[in-house]
Parts: sequence; structure tokens; C-alpha cells
Amino acid sequence: MSQLPPIEPDLNQAAADATRAADTTDAQSNLELKEIEGLSQSRIVLRRFLRHRGAMISAGILLAIVVLAFSSEGIDALGLKIPGWWHYNYGQIADVTNGGVPSWRHPFGEDSLGRDMFAVVMRGAQQSLMIVFIVGIISLVIGVVIGAASGFFRGWIDTILMRFTDIVLVIPLIVLTATLGRNFGARGSLILAIVLGLASWTALARLVRGDFLSLREREFVDAARVAGAGPWRIMMVHILPNAIGVIIVNTTLLMSATILTESAVSFLGFGVQFPDVSLGSVIGQYQAAFQTRPWLFFWPAAFIVIISLTINFIGDGLRDAFDPRQKRALNKAARKAASASREKARAAASQNVSEQTAQ
Amino acid sequence: MLTFLSRRLLASIIVLLLASYLVYILSANAGDPLEQLRTSTSRNKEELIAQRIQQLGLNVPAPLRYFLWLGGVLKVFIGQFTLGQNISGTPVTADISNAVLVTIQLIIASVVLAIIFGVLIGITTALRQYSGYDYTVTFLAFLFFSLPSFFLAVVLKAYVGIAFNNYLGDPHIGWWAYVFIPLAMGGIAAGISGGTRKFRFTTFVVATLATLGVVVYVAVTNWFVTPSLGAADIVMVAIISVALALLVTVLTTGFQNRKALYTSLTTVGVGLVLYFPFMSIADRLNLGGVALLGLLAVAVGLLVGWLYGGFDRGQSMRNGAITAFLTGIVIVISRFLRSWHDYSQYVANGRPIATVGSGTPNLNSISTSFWIHGLDTYTHLLLPTISLCLISIAGYSRYMRANLLDVMNSDYIRTARAKGLNQRTVVMRHAFRNSLIPLTTIVAFDLGALLGGAVVTENVFGWSGMGLLFTNALRAVDVNSLMGYFVVAGVAVVVFNLLADVAYSALDPRIRIAA
Repeated sequence: MSQLPPIEPDLNQAAADATRAADTTDAQSNLELKEIEGLSQSRIVLRRFLRHRGAMISAGILLAIVVLAFSSEGIDALGLKIPGWWHYNYGQIADVTNGGVPSWRHPFGEDSLGRDMFAVVMRGAQQSLMIVFIVGIISLVIGVVIGAASGFFRGWIDTILMRFTDIVLVIPLIVLTATLGRNFGARGSLILAIVLGLASWTALARLVRGDFLSLREREFVDAARVAGAGPWRIMMVHILPNAIGVIIVNTTLLMSATILTESAVSFLGFGVQFPDVSLGSVIGQYQAAFQTRPWLFFWPAAFIVIISLTINFIGDGLRDAFDPRQKRALNKAARKAASASREKARAAASQNVSEQTAQ
Repeated sequence: MLTFLSRRLLASIIVLLLASYLVYILSANAGDPLEQLRTSTSRNKEELIAQRIQQLGLNVPAPLRYFLWLGGVLKVFIGQFTLGQNISGTPVTADISNAVLVTIQLIIASVVLAIIFGVLIGITTALRQYSGYDYTVTFLAFLFFSLPSFFLAVVLKAYVGIAFNNYLGDPHIGWWAYVFIPLAMGGIAAGISGGTRKFRFTTFVVATLATLGVVVYVAVTNWFVTPSLGAADIVMVAIISVALALLVTVLTTGFQNRKALYTSLTTVGVGLVLYFPFMSIADRLNLGGVALLGLLAVAVGLLVGWLYGGFDRGQSMRNGAITAFLTGIVIVISRFLRSWHDYSQYVANGRPIATVGSGTPNLNSISTSFWIHGLDTYTHLLLPTISLCLISIAGYSRYMRANLLDVMNSDYIRTARAKGLNQRTVVMRHAFRNSLIPLTTIVAFDLGALLGGAVVTENVFGWSGMGLLFTNALRAVDVNSLMGYFVVAGVAVVVFNLLADVAYSALDPRIRIAA
């Protein structure tokens, strides 16, 4: 019993601890508030995103890949032809030197036909990137329109649109994309991209619908309606800006999933068709050569992984930026201040205890 | 509830019908089903083409031909169910039922393992949020999300399958295995353990040395070639079972609960006593026999717990059952290891890890032993299971981590802590169980999707399941096979979505299905 400190000072200490804790959280939130004082919501989001180190590094790498892929091989789409700086074309056949082992002349090696792998991989990356972006845009448009209409109008419009979404959703994505690819893949990768976009909007539509369903019940929508705004204006001006976080984040994640779907479908031979190449079809073509000539296999795979990984990290950064509950964006100064004050409190507490036991 | 179910079912049937029409049109337009015959050089080419057109009803345009197909399906009500004939004239239903069985065999192990590891990793990362371990796992999860499954599968074939088989031919462990494997295991253990710096350092040292011991043991005894030491195996079985018993006790009750501890240890003791009798009858067992013995083991565990009694009898019985089950698995594995040498030398010719197919052809003519057949399945499942698992584990662990973090910040956890419960009880009894509920939904969705076949994995590893059936049908424009595939895959998706909803409302009393 004698070792226990008396009750009275203990209570005091608890009270003191409580105020200190309150001080700490105040200090944190004050610092946070000062950071974003007088900024608009979009500026705050942008700021949080620019501070997200993983997302910024990823954005840089992705941009570098886009520039590299499109400048090296040039652009050859829709009748537009701009030559690139790389001295081989992806369809061009040269003599196979030294079994196609990577060299200065062919940094990624050559395949058995004598095609330069760097050119092939760059062309594949171009195609895959283009498909990813087109699928992203098409899914964004269709998903937002269908989700917004069914969430906002509810009733029979909602029922019809959601059953329609179910029809697309019940067909496994890889089955739908492979079948569509088998139908349209031979007409070029642009058509393929559009068709894939028509197949992958379902998840986005459901999320947007959920968001619209909850947002339309909010007071500011009632206020707008009382002020005489029509449904179009309410959707575009009042609800959509509030749902933009969900939309952007999920479109990004959809794009990173698309590159995997596209490459899987092309790998199986139902996507981008010879003589054109995508990263997946290159891997599918050379998977047997894996043991003997791994460079035919590793470079396209590395590009798929890097593109998908960077888009995923960008999506993660966007999520952190849009979601105000995320505390990870707490800046360094605030964190340091918080931990310092915690340390101080702990030191004071232990001092108190030792004083008490000494008494 | 009943109205909800019937309404959902009706809506699902309409959705399935419309979706099947869409798939039919798309697959009928995917190419020319006669292409193979047109390029053939056989003399009666014209005849064959005419025959196939007649057989598949190709002279009817696709939008109408669908109704012929649907008529066959609807005959299910008068007991003449048919999915039509495939492109070579055999009934589709037979192909489909074979393929479904193969796919189920392929996915079960991977789903179970993915859940176990996903939950484990999710819990540990949530409890050690923002630690180095958490960040590493997060990065790895992102990496596996971004890894195309075919790439993973091909790499596994080359670097795990073929490399491991080469290792068995010339068993020699490089120096790096003595350095990196122990250090990695030590790092993981230290990351999970948490606590003070000194405690983490101790954990690191202990885990590193223990792993080093295992690596040395493997190298010295050539464990991968001859994993069994005969009767001396019982020592290893005893050590592993006792360790598992202690682990179970630590996680569920802690050592303070003596009755639970003694229950676990007694159960292990009973298992060890029965080790040699089991080995003597094992040759005559089959799958049913082993399953029966497993149930018996669980019953013994329950009985031991009941006999120890005490105020928390239920907990002791649970501990006994879990420990009995785990001990049983260890003993069964030990029996499998006895057959390993025979299997890898005489059945697999020294290259046991298979990279293609779902089983050794004509295995029954070589051996009918349950243990040899089990090992054959295992070696064929290993690589596809790893490649399916790694990607699912990444998803499940992230999901589990988010769930547990959500639960740990909820009010009832604060209440539980305020009652004075210790960390173990709060995490294992209050948080863990509740955080599993949302996982059931995801698992049900995944199961539904996987029954449609792991298309890419089956293609790379040559498993003739649903995925391979689908790709082959699509290549040959075999519309009836493709539709048969879609019937199974689509119904699986619908049924498992429904199951997910029902299970969720059954597990979480806050959710009520609106009729």
C-alpha cells in the first residue's frame, strides 16, 4: 500500500494530463488550419496531392515513360505519321547479331526475326498507354452519366439503368473483354480501346450512383431546389463537384486495372493483333523463349508493372488528397510539434510520479 | 426474407437471360466456326462442312439461333436439359462438368490459403500501423496488385518449378540462403512483434538464429530430397505440435488459463501416443478415412477440454479442438513426407514440381496409394496455387487491414478496453471476429468469379478447367461450349452475390434485408 501514491495528487495529474492532451490536439489542428487558411477546396486537394511523395514520384516516372514511348517510336495513328528519334521501327527486320543478346545497338536485344526489342517494347507501351487512357475516358463518361442519372432520378430510370449495369456486370470482365477483342481486335487497337471502354464502366456507375443517392438528400440540394434550380443545374453545379473525389480516384484505379486486363487479353491472343503489338501480346508471343532469351520477356513485363504501379500510387495519392479524414497528410512540422509536446507531457508525468514516490 | 430472395432471384434470371443473349450474339460474331474445315485438305470437305452446318444449326441467323439454344436449356423443366453439342459433335454438358471439377480442385486450396494469409497479414499490419513492417507490406501489396498474373505464372514456372527441380538433382544450398533467408525472417518477426527497441532486437536475434537453424537442418539432412527420417520423425512432430499448442494458447487465452494450456498439451500428447498406430494403418486409408480420423481428433480435443472442466469449459474445449486439428494435420503431413522420396524418384523421375497439367497421366497404373495420389495433386497444385494466392493475398490483406483499423477505432472497442480487458482479448475476441464480417462478402464475390475459371492461370499451367474451356471455345468460335461456360460462370456470379448478401445480414445484426 505504501508504494501507491496518494489519491488526491493523482487526480490532479490526470486533469493536467487531460488539458495537456487537449493542448496537443489543438496545436495539431491549429497548425493544420493555418496551412489551409483562405484556400479553396480544390487548392487544398491539389496541395495535399502535391505533397504526397509516392504519388509525385510515380507521376514523374509515368510522364517519363509516356514521353519516351511516344518520342522514340513516333506517332502512327489515325493517318497521322510523325517519325521518332529511335533508328529502328517496330516492324523493321534487321540482321540478328549474336543471337539477339542486348547490345549498344539493340539495348533491349532482338527477337529471332531480327526485330529490335526496344522499338517493339516502345510501340507496345504506346498502344497499352493509349488503350488505358481511352478506356479511362470512356468509362468515366458512361459511368458518370449512368450513375448520376440513376442516383438522381431514382424510380424506374434507376431500375432500368441498374439492371442494365447488372447485365454487363454478370459477364466476367475477362470473358467480356476477350469476346469483344475477338470481335473487334483485328480492326486496330483504337477500336479495341473504345470497345474495352464500353465494357468496363460498371463499377464506376455503381459508385457514382451511391454518391448521388446520398448527396441528393442533403440540405444544400434542397436549398438549390427551393431557389428554383432545375435538375440539370443541381446535378452539374451542386452534386457533381461533391462527388468528384470518388470519380477521379476510381477512374484512376480503373485505369491501373485496365492495363492488366488489356495485357492479359492480348497475352491470350484476343487483344491487339499482329503486326501491331501491345505489351501483353509481346509477352504472349515470347513466353516460350523465357529460358533461353529472357530479355524478350522481362522488358515488356517490367513496363507493364511500372505503368500499373505508378498509376496505382497516383490513385492512392489522389485518395489521400480527396479524403479529409486521412491524417497522413499531416505535415512534418505539425507532427514534430505533436510528438515534442507528447514527450514533454510524458517527461513531466514521470517526474511527477518520481516526486510523489519520493515523498 | 423470402420475398427479398424471390424478388432478387426473379431479377437475376431476367438479367442472366439478357446477358446470355448478349454473349451469344458476341460469340457468334467472333469468327467463322467452319474456318478449320475450310482450310482442311480432307476429301469429303464439302460433306463435313454441310454436316457441321446442319449439326450446329448454322443456317439459322444468330439472333434466332439463340432461341433454339434457349429451348434446349428450358427443357430442364421436362427433364431433357441440354446445352447443345460442341464443335466436334459431343455434348457440352459432359465437357462442362469435367471442367468445373478441375477448376474447383484448382481454386479451393488457393482461396483457403489466401484467406488465412491475407487475414494474418492484414491483422498484423493493422496492429503495427505506420511501422516499417506496415510500409513494406503496403508496398508489396501494391506491387502484387500491379503484377500481371501471367507474368507471375511464367516466372514461377521458371524460377520456382524448374529451379527447384534442378536443385533436387544437385542438392547444394548457396551461401546466400544462409544469410538472406534468416535475416529476412528475423526482420519480419521484429516488424510484427512491436514493443520496445530492446524487445524487437531480441525478437530479431531469436528469429534469425531459429531460421538459420532450420536452414542448416535442411542443408545437412538434404531435407528436400529425403524429408523423412523414418521413426525419428516423431521428434519433429512432437516439437512442431507442442509449438502449435503453445501458439494457440497464447493467442486465445494466454498461459494464465492453466486449464486451457493443459488441454492443448494433453491433446498433443494423445496425438503423439497415436502416432505409430496411425502410421501402421495409414497405408490402407483413403480420403474418407483420413477425414473421419480428423473428425475423431477434433472430438478427442473437445473431450479433453470437457474433462478438464473449470469455469471456462467452452474455451478449453475450443482450444482442445483447434490443437487436435493442427496436430492431426502435422501427423498427416509427416505421413505424406514418408512417401515423398518414392513419389519424386519413381513417379516424377526426380523432377517432382510439375509445371503443366493437373495430374500425372495414368497414375493409377503406377500406384493406387492415397498418399502418392495426394502428393501428385500437391505437386501439380503448388505453382498455380502460389500464383493465384499472391495476388489475392495482396487484396485480402489490404481489405482486412482497413476493416480492423475501422473496428479498432469504434466505441465498443473503447468500452472493452475500459472494462480492463487486455490487448489479446480485445483484439482476438472483440475486434478480430467483427472485422471478419465484411470479408465474407469479398470472399463470396471472389469465389463466384473464380468458379468461372482462373482464365490466365489455367492457360499458362495447362489445367483443363473452365478458363481453358472458355479460351479454347472462343478460339474455335464454338458458340455452344462458350454458352455452356457462361451459364455456369454467370449463375455462379449471381448465386454467390446473393449468398454474400444473405451471409452479411445473418452475421451483422445491424443489417436487415428490406423485404
